[in-house]
Amino acid sequence: MTDRLTATRSATSDVLVEVSGVTKSFTGVAGDELRVLGGIDLTLRSGEIVALLGRSGSGKSTLLRTIAGLIAPTTGTVRYRGRELTGANPGVAMVFQTFALMPWLTVQDNVELGLAARGVPPTERAERALQAIDLIGLDGFESAYPKELSGGMRQRVGFARAIVLQPDLLLMDEPFSALDVLTAENLRNELMELWNGQQFPTRSVCIVTHNIEEAVLLADRVVVLGANPGHIRAEVSVTLDRPRDRHSPAFEALVDDLYGLLTGRDTAIPEVAPAAATPTTKPLPVASVGGLAGLVEIVHSHGDRVDLPDIAAELNFEIDDLLPLVDAATMLNFLNVHDADLEVTATGVDFTTADIQESKKIFAEQVRESAPLVRTIWRALNSSGNGALRVGFFLDLLRRSFSADDAQQQLDTAIDWGRYAELFDFDADSGQLTLDPSAVDRRPTSVSAS
Amino acid sequence: MALLRGFPSREVLVRPRQTFADAAVFVAVAVLLWGVLRLSQGATIPFNEATAPSRVSTDLSSLPYYAARSLLRMFVALFFSTLFTFVYATAAARLRRLEKVLLPTLDILQSVPILGFLSVTITLWIALFPGSELGLECASIFAIFTSQAWNMTFAFYNSLVSQPRDLDEAARLLRLSRWQRFWRVDVPSGVIPLVWNGMMSFGGGWFFLAASEAISVNNHRFALPGIGSFVAAATEESQLGKVGIAMAVMVVMVIAVNYLFWRPLAAFAERFRVEESEGTASSRSSVLAVLRRSRLPGLLGRALGWLVFPLDRIMAVFGLAEYPLRGSATRRRVGDIAFATLILALVVWGVYAALSYVHRTVGLGEFGHAALLGLFTFGRVVILLVVATLIWVPIGAWIGLSPKVSRLTQPVVQVLSSFPANFLFPLVAAGLIATGISLNWGGILLMALGAQWYILFNVIAGASTIPNDLKEAAENLRLPFLLRWRRLILPGIFSSYITGGMTAAGGAWNASIVSEVVNYGATTLTATGLGAYITVATAHGDYPRILVGVSVMCLYVVGVNRLFWRRLLNVAQQRFAY
Repeated sequence: MTDRLTATRSATSDVLVEVSGVTKSFTGVAGDELRVLGGIDLTLRSGEIVALLGRSGSGKSTLLRTIAGLIAPTTGTVRYRGRELTGANPGVAMVFQTFALMPWLTVQDNVELGLAARGVPPTERAERALQAIDLIGLDGFESAYPKELSGGMRQRVGFARAIVLQPDLLLMDEPFSALDVLTAENLRNELMELWNGQQFPTRSVCIVTHNIEEAVLLADRVVVLGANPGHIRAEVSVTLDRPRDRHSPAFEALVDDLYGLLTGRDTAIPEVAPAAATPTTKPLPVASVGGLAGLVEIVHSHGDRVDLPDIAAELNFEIDDLLPLVDAATMLNFLNVHDADLEVTATGVDFTTADIQESKKIFAEQVRESAPLVRTIWRALNSSGNGALRVGFFLDLLRRSFSADDAQQQLDTAIDWGRYAELFDFDADSGQLTLDPSAVDRRPTSVSAS
Repeated sequence: MALLRGFPSREVLVRPRQTFADAAVFVAVAVLLWGVLRLSQGATIPFNEATAPSRVSTDLSSLPYYAARSLLRMFVALFFSTLFTFVYATAAARLRRLEKVLLPTLDILQSVPILGFLSVTITLWIALFPGSELGLECASIFAIFTSQAWNMTFAFYNSLVSQPRDLDEAARLLRLSRWQRFWRVDVPSGVIPLVWNGMMSFGGGWFFLAASEAISVNNHRFALPGIGSFVAAATEESQLGKVGIAMAVMVVMVIAVNYLFWRPLAAFAERFRVEESEGTASSRSSVLAVLRRSRLPGLLGRALGWLVFPLDRIMAVFGLAEYPLRGSATRRRVGDIAFATLILALVVWGVYAALSYVHRTVGLGEFGHAALLGLFTFGRVVILLVVATLIWVPIGAWIGLSPKVSRLTQPVVQVLSSFPANFLFPLVAAGLIATGISLNWGGILLMALGAQWYILFNVIAGASTIPNDLKEAAENLRLPFLLRWRRLILPGIFSSYITGGMTAAGGAWNASIVSEVVNYGATTLTATGLGAYITVATAHGDYPRILVGVSVMCLYVVGVNRLFWRRLLNVAQQRFAY
């Protein structure tokens, strides 16, 4: 490899990007401020790989885009080499989850695009692009169009396009999550070989991921983000030797720790008693009834207790798929989480072993007590004269604390659960929520009597 | 390698098919250049308003020349529409404040009857080019332009604002200049909607070409050499045979332009598709295949390739395709308020000026008169829609549901969609005169000749996209005829029917301007309606009445769209989308 592409990482770790006191709010439909990031401090130094790990809604993508200078923080500053950003960060290149290649340009033209923007003459441009293409293992594909390539090869183009600019900092937004498991593993390993062999033409890498193992495999430092609004819950240093062995006890222990951090109670958010929880302090996890019932069933069939990383690996689920189900099942008291283990509760066993009518009854009882939004809707319907209310009423209430999309999602989940529980029904044409006829005899008065 | 290059015949031997392609492409390019040069000479001939020909000759030997002149007009208009689209849509998509003005303006422009534009602007064009036929030429091209530009601009604007977010972010992080961003991201990502809309609008443009080549303005009759004025002249001489021949030439032209221009372009545009989905089978083109096999793309690529880098450097002066992250919120607000005040003041002043002009000349009561006449035309539009729906919905659904019938009828449908309905007017007018039917009723038929097809095309399109498994499920459930229509077909075609109905209604309003006053031989038939009102005002150069007529028609179209069609479209999107 020629030395142009091999920038040596300096031994001294100078600060590349400094994020201080960054918050980000969006203005909701009702004019209320919706906070996505709340007070983030983060420093990225040269020579390290930092992973931003969090569940969906933790604002990790938003944080990455403030570092890239694509969006402005509401308060606080982002500095690159001491200078505050006023536009796109000049020292970074980004690799996108969806590749973001221009479909009408060949592989080589795509890689050359950033150089063309910097006014590099055509001959030098081609030379440098070919080097990057060679380094990233794309030889022979120079004249192909992105649509002719597999996902893995496309992401290689994405990497080549980024590193040909020799940025100080390479940003990656879930770069492997659109690829199948084997391709992702292969690409990850090759990148790590380049990084370990000091051939990587960037000084530092910041990767957003929701895959715990990926974070531990790649990063020197894992920054764990919590949600509502996004904040840093923990920073975990990973000092394991590279290349890292997934099956070493130290690796597995670290993965378990991080699972514990992500599923455990967030000390930054005060705990509220289930009965006092409101739809806004305790939002519904976005999980379908079928999904959460399936999870309880699987844990039950594994002897009522499983290790979270194991079940994630077995189901080939990423934490964004799995954790909402876990949250939903714990909210409804079907499962308990201890460290990184899942345990079925007595109610959970009843729920999963009963016949369909009986299990629906158990489900109805649980959502009515423990799912704040479902409970709110059900009570409101019971106290309304004709047992019917317009859905816009609840949507307006939710929009005070959620973005329009999230509010809709909360409501959709509540309707899904409420319908399955036969508590209430929804008519999409008229936009009316109505009390389910079979639920009328289970009004609060009769519930308290039983 | 250097030695081998000395023998050009080697390549010829190795790829013998290339020579054929090269020869074909070479001849085609030569003929095209010669044709354009010949035709453009005709456009600048001296011209005197008083002695200008009010009609063209009906000599059949000049018909090919006329047809070619008309075709040139169409392409010049297309060129300007594309230019307008690039500038207007980019400004609307990229400049936050201007967007608030440009979009509503475009919405209104789209509802103004296209021939209304012609009435208002033709004297301006003639004054711009005194003593030359270029002014008339421009007026005709402008009429075609107004029928193409708005649609294309909307399509391109939509593609700009719906650009995938990651492409936008990638372009900003790569630090592309504005110029680079436009040509490497914006235009490629908008090419497909632009080409398809251009194709549709081009087809619609023939109608306005035919209507604008021979026109009475300000007590003068003007006629440009063209196929539309040929038909007008033949009509005046009651020569139905020559009208028939012109119609045949028109069909040939429509097919040729489709085959030689739009099909290759649409097939070429497929490479700019962002989604993974495969292109439709209809976007293959044998002309494009010949072009690709020839040496032309390579030559062009090399010639233009040299230009790209220097141009990039020069155009970098327009700056990066980036916007500042922070700005003073108060300054922004002050700017917003100032801008809004300015626009509001302009609008108020404009409305006041127009109203006082009308007040001084014909009196504001004229609006009431025009609105009353509008009711007559509105009635015609409604009858047309109802009858066209009853006829074309079953036929369209039948065609669309059967792939075999679709394949057979597709070429016919394509020609119909472009064929200018006003070429048929003489035949209908002759029939009306012979039977003595009033144009008050016959006008509906004339309007329908152009407008009804939108319903048919959209219903065919809707029916052919009903998913196959739904059709199979209906089959499997043994749904009886009526139930099948109520539960499957009608809901399936609802959204596209609404789109078709809205377009058909707009087309009918447009057509009313030429359908409510019709000449045949020495006879002139006139119907009661807003279209006739505008036509008569135009012919007499009665500007206040043109203004009143066009604005009242605008109000009708916008009002019905807002109160009726848009609502149905919303219902369609919420309830009847797959």
